[in-house]
Amino acid sequence: MTNVIAPPAGPARTRRPSGGLFRLSTASGIGLGIGLVWFSVLVLLPLSAVVGAAAAGGWSAFAGTLTDPQTFAALRLTVVEAVLVTVVNAVIGTIVAWVLVRDDFVGKRLLDVVIDIPFALPTIVAGLVLLSLYGPDSPVGFNIVNTRTGIFLALLFVTLPFVVRTVQPVLLEIEVEAEEAAASLGASRFTTFRRVILPSLVPAITAGSSLGFARAISEFGSLVLISGNTPYQTEVASLKILKFLEGDNQAGAAAVAVLLLLVAVVVIVALDILSRRVARRA
Amino acid sequence: MSIEVKGINKQYGDFVALENINVSLPTGQLTALLGPSGGGKSTLLRIIAGLDTADSGTVSIEGVDATRLPAQKRNVGFVFQHYAVFKHMTVAKNVAFGLEIRKRPKAEVAERVDELLKLVHLSQFAHRLPSQLSGGQRQRLALARALAVEPSVLLLDEPFGALDAKVRKELRDWLRRLHDEVHVTTVFVTHDQEEALEVADEIVVINEGRVEQIGTPDQLYDEPANDFVMSFLGEVTTLEGQLIRPHDIEITVMPQHDDAVQAVVSRSLRIGFEARVQVLTDNGEEVTVVLTRSHARHLGLQAGQTVWVRAAQGALTVPSLRAVPAI
Amino acid sequence: MPEVKEIRQHKSVVTYLLRFFVIGYLFVLVVWPLSEVVQRTFAPVEANAAGGFGAFLERLQDPSVTYAFGLTVTCAFWAVLINTVFGLGISLLLVRYEFPGRRILSVLVDLPMSVSPVVVGLALVLAYSSGSGWFGESLESVGIFIIGSTPGMVMATAFVSLPLVIREIIPVLEEIGTDAEMAASSLGAHAWQSFRRITLPSIKWALAYGVVLSLARSLGEFGAVKIVSPGAEFRGETATLLIQNRYNNYDESTAYAAAFVLVLAAVLALVVVTFIRRPEDRT
Repeated sequence: MTNVIAPPAGPARTRRPSGGLFRLSTASGIGLGIGLVWFSVLVLLPLSAVVGAAAAGGWSAFAGTLTDPQTFAALRLTVVEAVLVTVVNAVIGTIVAWVLVRDDFVGKRLLDVVIDIPFALPTIVAGLVLLSLYGPDSPVGFNIVNTRTGIFLALLFVTLPFVVRTVQPVLLEIEVEAEEAAASLGASRFTTFRRVILPSLVPAITAGSSLGFARAISEFGSLVLISGNTPYQTEVASLKILKFLEGDNQAGAAAVAVLLLLVAVVVIVALDILSRRVARRA
Repeated sequence: MSIEVKGINKQYGDFVALENINVSLPTGQLTALLGPSGGGKSTLLRIIAGLDTADSGTVSIEGVDATRLPAQKRNVGFVFQHYAVFKHMTVAKNVAFGLEIRKRPKAEVAERVDELLKLVHLSQFAHRLPSQLSGGQRQRLALARALAVEPSVLLLDEPFGALDAKVRKELRDWLRRLHDEVHVTTVFVTHDQEEALEVADEIVVINEGRVEQIGTPDQLYDEPANDFVMSFLGEVTTLEGQLIRPHDIEITVMPQHDDAVQAVVSRSLRIGFEARVQVLTDNGEEVTVVLTRSHARHLGLQAGQTVWVRAAQGALTVPSLRAVPAI
Repeated sequence: MPEVKEIRQHKSVVTYLLRFFVIGYLFVLVVWPLSEVVQRTFAPVEANAAGGFGAFLERLQDPSVTYAFGLTVTCAFWAVLINTVFGLGISLLLVRYEFPGRRILSVLVDLPMSVSPVVVGLALVLAYSSGSGWFGESLESVGIFIIGSTPGMVMATAFVSLPLVIREIIPVLEEIGTDAEMAASSLGAHAWQSFRRITLPSIKWALAYGVVLSLARSLGEFGAVKIVSPGAEFRGETATLLIQNRYNNYDESTAYAAAFVLVLAAVLALVVVTFIRRPEDRT
């Protein structure tokens, strides 16, 4: 996206039809101004307020909140669960994408739609969906309420599409010739997968996993009904923020929130860098 | 014989891709499979490599029946039109791939990779990624990768098809020299007759799933089995119902020979060193004649002028009806 | 020749194992629980709850339920409207114009999607709550209350679905380039005409796609709204909040009825989105 500035009449634009950028006119300048004001009011100022509230008490207060045993336990549980879910998704998501692209069977299209359902459902409904089968008076006799398994399952549910949907298009675009070349060089089907196909999927798997990780870290709605919110046991970061807020401890809520914000920003920046690197290689 | 193909048939639905193909290629020979696109030549090559399976017929490589052998076990080198290099591996890793699969010792692999990169003039790019190479370099890389495993046969599917004209010509000469150096039995597919005539020891002309003729470039050019081979291998025009090459027609401004046909020049055009003259004979045939520029100037040909044309002494002519394919 | 290459046609035991694993996984994780929701919507397990379609409709007609859905639709409507206008404008600016900070802005507009809904709610509270927010008191002095009222809920909804329209339009704008727009302006069209007659027709499907996605997301927003809303019956209780409240207050059948409606809305959105994707793919 970073291109030379080409004025509307400049000769350079014929060479790079989609690269030419206009300079701001009065009208577009006003538009940009209004847009930025709204974006600041809606997003930037409130997020700054979070950082401000977390910083208000100074470093020691901030660190004190986060190292409080109960808060720390919640943070640790959140990270551990998110990592577990991410690892499982990286493997299973890739397998699901593989089956959806390479296999062929009746009902495959339906399966493709099923992948999107967890994404399309409101988070509170996602929680309820899982509870209907795995909750109290479960028909399969398996109650996940107030267990770490429950949190794991809920996170698995809401992050299902991430890896699948990032890997799928890449898998579709892999040239069949590369696989044929590997075969004629003597590579077995498994070796071809491991050494030729998988390496080209790695950027997509990484991207999907990071998105899933960010989502798992910050997940709230689907956990509200499932996690019993028991300190040290089933309390996760987002629910801890809610608890702080309900206890009128805004500084505490802000401290945890800043941590979650940080994860979000790191993931976004990392993905931006990753996608640029992949674009360079292609 | 290095490659022996017998009675191969292949159909895709209703479409007959190959019909009763029989070809045998001697060891060390450079053979071209030549024909128009969609004629079945690539399918034949892929069947030899084991990338496609024939509906019936047999393939044997180096005396071993390979018909049921998977591609992995055939020990053929295959080069694709669009390179099919492994994009995430360096140049050296690409070349080493087949050797690593065969679990050769590290030192041996390194040595062989070195040797091959030298052969294809890519030594200085060993640690680059394929995306940093030009099309011609990528294709040389693909060739080195295929040769690394010392295949019993090397198969190339339109290897220069994706390259621009200049690089194409360079690589073509280079492939010929390379083959003279390594002597591996080589088969390449092309739809470019000039490429086939220039590079190959022997040409197999394939059209609509059938072999039209097999022979050396000279045989094919001088003794085409039928009108298809004749017209595919060079420009032809029709004179008195016979296919003939435009430069095999003698043109005079006076009636010198009894067998000459009277005609009127409709157009005369100079292209580089040659002149192309279009004449209309008395019996209504449009005939193209090619002659050297100086000859044309000497005759002083102009539109509307009356001339006499006939097949030159020893000229090759083929009846312009569809002939029965001879094998 | 359109045939699938043999190397990819080959089916081994592994193929079937993977297939059945994937089907089983998706069944246990998604399909079976979802079917259980349908089951419980029309045949509640609670002892005193009536089953069937009639009872389902009756539950939805309860005034507190219709209030909740009404509020959800109101919030979603305004949020989507704002996001569409803002998204169109920002996308055009980001793709077509050069200005300082453009790259940073293009990364920042993606941020709201990755921020936890709870953090979104908290951020709005910390900025605009009349008690403790940065701007709370000054807004209060001119009689504006954001937190605990509909404007705050609209803002929360708009925040979380902000990038959806932008994400869909930007790639299309980048792909179509500026040639046609340049041609139009060289033929005498001014900016608005060129936008309406050249740019808009080529991005309309992407725009529609983004709007449907925003709408689906807005209808289902829970976390951010929960924090800025008073969340009581007839006072800021949206459909998603209602589901939580009813489930926790042992009125599962109403919770399932409301959830079922939202599931239907989500599935409908998926179907619409698939149909919108089709004509775009063809071009």
